[in-house]
Amino acid sequence: MAEIKIINVQKQFGKVVANRDINLTIHDREFMVLLGPSGCGKTTLLRGIAGLDPVDSGSIYIGDTDVTDLPPRKRRIAMVFQSYAVFPHLTIFENIAFGLRMQRVADQDVGKRVEAAAELLQINDLLKRYPAQVSGGQRQRVAVARALAVESEVLLMDEPLSNLDALLRLEMRAELKRLLKEVKSTVVYVTHDQIEALSLGDRIAVMKNGSILQCDTPLRVYDHPANEFIGSFIGNPPMNFLQGAVEVSGSKVNVLAGGASIQPPTSVEGILKQKISSGVRLGIRAENIEVVSNAQKDAMTGKVLVVEPLGSHNMLTVMVGDQRVKVNAHADSVFQPDQTIWLRPAPEKIRWLDVESGVALAE
Amino acid sequence: MNARRLKQLTPYLLLLPSIIFLFIFFAFPMVNAFTLAFQSDAGEWTLEHFSTMVNDVAFAQAFRTTLLLLVIIIPVQFALALIMALLIQSKLKFSGLFLYIYSIPLGISELAAGIVWFAIFTERGYLNTVLTGLGILEKPFIFLSYQNTGWLLFAVVVAEVWRATSIVMVILVAGLQSIPSEFLEAADVFGATLWQKVWQVILPMLKPSLQVALILRTILAFQVFAVAMAVAGRGVTLLAAEAYRWYGTYRNPHVAAAYAVLILTLSIVSTALYVWGLRTPEEQTL
Amino acid sequence: MKSRASFPRVLGRILTYVLAILIALWILAPIYLIGVSAFGEKLSAYTYPRPFWPAPFTIETMSFFLKSGGVIKSVQSSVIVAMITLVLSTLIGAPAGYTIARFIFSGRDAFRLIVVSTRSFPIVILSIPLAVTFIEWGMYDSVYSLALMHTALALPFTILITSSVFASIPRDLEEAAQTLGCSQLEAFLRISLPLALPGLAAATLFTFVLSWNEVFAAVILTVRNRTLPALVLTVLSESQLPYRFAGGFFMMVPSLIFMLFIRRYLLNLWGRVTK
Repeated sequence: MAEIKIINVQKQFGKVVANRDINLTIHDREFMVLLGPSGCGKTTLLRGIAGLDPVDSGSIYIGDTDVTDLPPRKRRIAMVFQSYAVFPHLTIFENIAFGLRMQRVADQDVGKRVEAAAELLQINDLLKRYPAQVSGGQRQRVAVARALAVESEVLLMDEPLSNLDALLRLEMRAELKRLLKEVKSTVVYVTHDQIEALSLGDRIAVMKNGSILQCDTPLRVYDHPANEFIGSFIGNPPMNFLQGAVEVSGSKVNVLAGGASIQPPTSVEGILKQKISSGVRLGIRAENIEVVSNAQKDAMTGKVLVVEPLGSHNMLTVMVGDQRVKVNAHADSVFQPDQTIWLRPAPEKIRWLDVESGVALAE
Repeated sequence: MNARRLKQLTPYLLLLPSIIFLFIFFAFPMVNAFTLAFQSDAGEWTLEHFSTMVNDVAFAQAFRTTLLLLVIIIPVQFALALIMALLIQSKLKFSGLFLYIYSIPLGISELAAGIVWFAIFTERGYLNTVLTGLGILEKPFIFLSYQNTGWLLFAVVVAEVWRATSIVMVILVAGLQSIPSEFLEAADVFGATLWQKVWQVILPMLKPSLQVALILRTILAFQVFAVAMAVAGRGVTLLAAEAYRWYGTYRNPHVAAAYAVLILTLSIVSTALYVWGLRTPEEQTL
Repeated sequence: MKSRASFPRVLGRILTYVLAILIALWILAPIYLIGVSAFGEKLSAYTYPRPFWPAPFTIETMSFFLKSGGVIKSVQSSVIVAMITLVLSTLIGAPAGYTIARFIFSGRDAFRLIVVSTRSFPIVILSIPLAVTFIEWGMYDSVYSLALMHTALALPFTILITSSVFASIPRDLEEAAQTLGCSQLEAFLRISLPLALPGLAAATLFTFVLSWNEVFAAVILTVRNRTLPALVLTVLSESQLPYRFAGGFFMMVPSLIFMLFIRRYLLNLWGRVTK
């Protein structure tokens, strides 16, 4: 059992608060991604779990053990570093064997387990070489193999793919996913790449300014971002945000945005009624907007600004009033700049946010 | 909680031996130097040792010569060091070998360097051999004569330039390497000549390195004495040599300490001047 | 596109090489000439015109120098002082260098500044009061006292070199070792130390040569237990030419060898203007 419990963890570097009262429970064998822009505190949190930078206050449990004051070696963890941190003066075999040697595993077992780990990562041919003699991508595999060889309960990964070139990263991402399904460890994976987070994680904890803003499954985080920041940070293109006015006639609630009159789902009507004076912010993903060729009551009027053919679809940047909206249109569609078009958002896919705070309104 | 506390203390524990050592061998003697220089044997505050120092016949000459050497040597050294550094950086084949050769004098002591150049400048030395061999001189010329202060100084200057330019060069090479090549390429693209590049791009960007080198060279120049002794004997006297003479020959540590205080003061003043004169305005830093 | 070698370009290139070689000769020639004098016959030191190669090649002059009064003893003293300096300054300085490279703590910049400014501190102001203190404490005229003084002079350099050596070893490596079961000390011993060894060797070599070359403190702090440069300096004015030439060359030898080993670290040693 290696559930990780992070309780009220606080960490400061000088005046900068890197982790602000963090609470997070990572289940046994879960793949948890810590996602956020640089400087959000995700690596600090990971290093806190590893014990490399002891936390200022709060506590961390791995399984039933309070590891808060334990050094890294007593935490039953393994870690993959962003720079790989492969030891240059040891052969690749000895690199992978390093953790086993420290545990004083018998020689023949070391051999077997190194072979097995190398096999998993397809680097068995390289065992006799030194790190300087292999490519960056192979070094990365060595780092992963070294962490897997110790068969720790917790596997920590600090942006392991960020130093690879784009193609290799894509390949390695899929391979990591396959590998880590087989491994029985609890994984904490730090990244600033939202696609990595979406594709790998069982859950994603989105961080900003030292706090966790939302922790949920990839689908929930994508479809139901807790606030405007998450909506714009996750997804490509970022979520569109539009200003809307709430209109109540009798028991019916309508939201007017960009010339469209949108009928919100009944579940949010109650809250929207309280926002008549302030208005509401609508979050809509590019793929949830339909382009229609003539004016309709529930469609916004816009003028095409830029057309970007992306192969699988065309991405349009459309001016709706004075707000820019990104829309995915069909790859075969033909639009010209300055052309007037109409955009119909799918009402059930709209995220309703508070104008002031950008926080999602509870449903 | 104790483990965290210990972890915070670790750096200080590791520094402690160095700090203690530096304190005993830098701070403590420095304070002692001042008490030696400003106190009589009876322990009263006095300027007597300084007046002894200033009124000594050798003082004015030592002071003048030290400054004169500084003023002559430093410009020559910096020009030469800059040329050497630019050569090292100009992508020559064997530039590693050149860097090695150019930095050899860095490891040669003042005394050995003095002896080397004594062998060249002495009456029956290599310089006279060459000059008479080429027919420039008819018979050997006595460069290193006490009557001939100009030539004595010249020999000391040559020896010092030979010995102590390396250190400036190494600092400048390191400085040059830290200038991103894009800047020079940009200058190339806009059609700058080598001369323009040196004056408009390289020197301004080398300012921090130049400052360090100047400070270092000047402070070291105030301490020079063995080169002069080996080349010119008592013919050229310098401040550090006087300090040595007052301590070693006259057994008067007070006046020697007064010289030491003078040298320290000169070092600090010149450092302050360089720091002030070569400061980079805030708005020009990137 | 291959650039066509234009005439002025080629000429410029040639001139650059000529200049580079001329400067190399300006540095090498004096060393060669003192070598010729040191390995010629003893009497050839007085011949004029001076020969430009040692014919015949003989160690007569060198052995004359080494057999002169006190030389062997002073060489021994020099080596003892330099060895003690090397060991002490490494033991004291390397931990400090490691600390500057690895730890972030308040006072780090202040300590760095102190170290950098003591690097060029006038020896004069340290030696004279220390001589007085050593006399009071009965430690005067001892190779050990001189070694302490030399350690103080070498310490800033040792700290700066070792810190740049350790800084060049990514701290990730030590951390990785820690996550794989090493304590902090084990991680240092198994990872950083082996990787730092060549750089540390260069630092110790530098220390050795610094002590071997130092003359002001040596001549102030010793009387009967002179180091080689102190001895040569004090007898210089009465010494014969072969003695001077052989002595000058002999004192230079360690530096020539050491520059070979240390050249990789030269730029770090003096170059680091900013952090």
